[in-house]
Amino acid sequence: MKILVPVKRVLDYNVKPRVKADGTGVDLANVKMSMNPFDEIAVEEAIRLREKGVATEVVAVSIGEAKAQETLRTALAMGADRAILVTSEDKVEPLGVAKLLKAIADEEAPGLIILGKQAIDDDNNQTGQMLAALTGWGQGTFASAVEVSGDTVTVTREIDGGAETVALSLPAIVTTDLRLNEPRYASLPNIMKAKSKPLATKTAADYGVDIAPRLSTLKVEEPAKRQAGVKVADVDELIGKLKALGVVA
Amino acid sequence: MNTLVWVEHDGAAVKDATLSAVTAAAQLGEVHLLVAGHGVGDVATAAAAIAGVGKVHVADDAAYAHALAENVAPLVATLMGHHDAFVVPSTSTGKNIAPRVAALLDVMQISDILSVEGDATFTRPIYAGNAIATVKSSDAKLVLTVRGTAFAKAASTGGAAVIEAVAAAGDSGKASFVSSEIAKSERPELTSAKIIVSGGRALQNAENFQAIIEPLADKLGAGVGASRAAVDAGYVPNDYQVGQTGKIVAPEVYVAVGISGAIQHLAGMKDSKTIIAINKDEDAPIFQVADIGLVGDLFKIVPELTGKL
Ligand SMILES: Cc1cc2nc3c(=O)[nH]c(=O)nc-3n(C[C@H](O)[C@H](O)[C@H](O)COP(=O)(O)OP(=O)(O)OC[C@H]3O[C@@H](n4cnc5c(N)ncnc54)[C@H](O)[C@@H]3O)c2cc1C
Ligand SMILES: Nc1ncnc2c1ncn2[C@@H]1O[C@H](COP(=O)(O)O)[C@@H](O)[C@H]1O
Repeated sequence: MKILVPVKRVLDYNVKPRVKADGTGVDLANVKMSMNPFDEIAVEEAIRLREKGVATEVVAVSIGEAKAQETLRTALAMGADRAILVTSEDKVEPLGVAKLLKAIADEEAPGLIILGKQAIDDDNNQTGQMLAALTGWGQGTFASAVEVSGDTVTVTREIDGGAETVALSLPAIVTTDLRLNEPRYASLPNIMKAKSKPLATKTAADYGVDIAPRLSTLKVEEPAKRQAGVKVADVDELIGKLKALGVVA
Repeated sequence: MNTLVWVEHDGAAVKDATLSAVTAAAQLGEVHLLVAGHGVGDVATAAAAIAGVGKVHVADDAAYAHALAENVAPLVATLMGHHDAFVVPSTSTGKNIAPRVAALLDVMQISDILSVEGDATFTRPIYAGNAIATVKSSDAKLVLTVRGTAFAKAASTGGAAVIEAVAAAGDSGKASFVSSEIAKSERPELTSAKIIVSGGRALQNAENFQAIIEPLADKLGAGVGASRAAVDAGYVPNDYQVGQTGKIVAPEVYVAVGISGAIQHLAGMKDSKTIIAINKDEDAPIFQVADIGLVGDLFKIVPELTGKL
C-alpha cells in the first residue's frame, strides 16, 4: 500500500506573526518557515506504517511556491520515499488543494492519505475533509491513534468530550492531531540522502484543475490588544481583587 | 436568504454552541435548523423552542446516530438545494462535517467566523489569532463555521418553529462507529463555563494537578482546563486542552496556573474577560495578557488561596 502525505510550508510555529503595516497579510519576508507541525506528525505516522510493513511507499506532496521544495526535502529526510511539488505562485485555498490532491490520488492510487488536521497559518482545518468528499472516501479526522488491518483502518479521534473510534474501509483519509506521535528528527546522513531522492515538479495546469480562489481577503489586522494588568503582592490582595470582581463573596 | 444551522447535541439536549451559531445565522437571513441523529425527538422539540428559528428539519435515522460525516454530508448537501448558507458551530463534530459539505457543494468554507460584516463578508482569526482577516466569498452558497465565543447565545426558549421530517439519505458504507470514551464530569463544560482554572506543565504530574487545581476549581465552581504541555505529559485528558488546537474559551474569569503563555495557548483564552495568572517567572508571557498577576510558587499560593476562599 502506498501512503500519500500532503505537507505545507508555513511560518515556523515559534515565530510570532507580524501583521504587515499595509493590512494585506502577515509578514513572511525573512522569517523562518517550516513544515506545518501537524504534517510532520503525518509524515512520521506514514513512515511508521511503512516500517511496520503496512505500507510499501510514502509519497510527500506539497502545493505552493518553489521553496516548498525545502519542506519536501525535510519529509524525504525524515524517511519519505519520493516527493511531488505542485508549484503555484498564488495562494491555493483548501478547496483548490483538495482538488489537486484528488487528481494526484487518481494517478497514484494510495491506500491512505494522511494530512495534518490544520495548517497553522490560515487555521482552516478543511483540506482533509474536502479531499474525503471529492474522493468519496471515509475520513478519520483529528486522529490520536491509527491502526491498519486488512482493508480497514481504525482511527481514534480526539473529540470535544473525549475520544471516539471509527473504522473506515480503505482507501481512506486520516488527519492528524498532536498526540498521534512524536515526529523524529532527520539525521545528518538522512538529510544528505534526501538530496538524491526523486522529487517531481508539476504545475496545477498539468492536472487540469481549476484552483482559482473563491475568497478574497479585504484586509488583515492585528487583534485588539489586551492591556497588561496589575501584579498583586500576595494571596490576600488577590482575594481582594476577586471580591471586587464579584467572583467570590 | 435561508440559512441551515447544524444543531450540536448529545442525543438528549441541544448544546450551547448551537445557540451562538443561531445568532450568527440570524444576521444572514431566516434561520432553519437541522437536527440529525437517532431517536432525537426531544432534541428537535428543544430546537424548535430556540428563539428566532423558522423551521427545524429532523433527520432521524440510525445512519446519523454518531454524526458520521460520510453519512451526514450528503444529507446536508441535499438540504442545501433550498438554503443559501450552512452555518455550523466550531465544535469537533462541526469541524468534521462542514468542509465535507463545502466540497460536495464546490464551495470554499470560511472557518471560525468572528463577525458577520454583511454581503458575504466575515472576519476570522488566522495565525492562532495573531491576525484577524476580513474575507469575502464569491461562491453561490456559504459554508461557515462559527466561533462560539464571538457570538451571543440565542435564547433557548420563546421560539415556536415548525418541525419537518427529512428523508434519510442512507449509509455510505465507508465508515462505521466503533466506540467512544466520553469523559463524565460534574464540572461545567469548558466552552460554557463562567470561570475556568487551568494548569500547565508546572504541576509536574497528575496527582499534583488533582491536588492543586481541582480544589480551587471546586471552590470557584469552575471548569478545569490545561495547557497542551500538561495534556501531553498525561496530567489530564486531551479534552482539557485550551488553545489554538484545543478548545477556544472566553469565560468571565480565566485562572492560568503554571502556564507560560505560549501563543498557541493564548489563542484559546485571550478573549476571556478577566485573566488571572499565577507563575513563578515574572517575565512569563502570560503576564502580558493577565489583568491580575501573582508571581510566586504555585505549590504555596494555590493551596493558600483555596484555603482562604
Ligand atoms: C502546532 C502546535 C499547536 C499547539 N497547540 C497548543 C494548544 O492548543 N494549547 C496549548 O496550551 N499549547 C499548544 N501548543 C504548545 C505550546 O507551544 C506550548 O508548548 C505549551 O502551551 C506550553 O505549556 P505550559 O505553559 O504548560 O508549559 P511551559 O511553557 O513549560 O510553562 C510552564 C510555566 O510554569 C512556570 N512554573 C514552573 N514551576 C512553577 C511553580 N512551582 N510555580 C509557579 N509557576 C511555575 C514556569 O515559569 C513556566 O512559565 C501547541 C504547539 C504546537 C507546535
Ligand atoms: N498547500 C498545501 N500543500 C500540501 N498540503 C497542504 C496544503 N495546504 C493544506 N495541506 C494539507 O492539509 C492540511 C490541513 O490544512 P488546512 O485545511 O489548510 O488547515 C495540512 O495539514 C496539510 O496536510
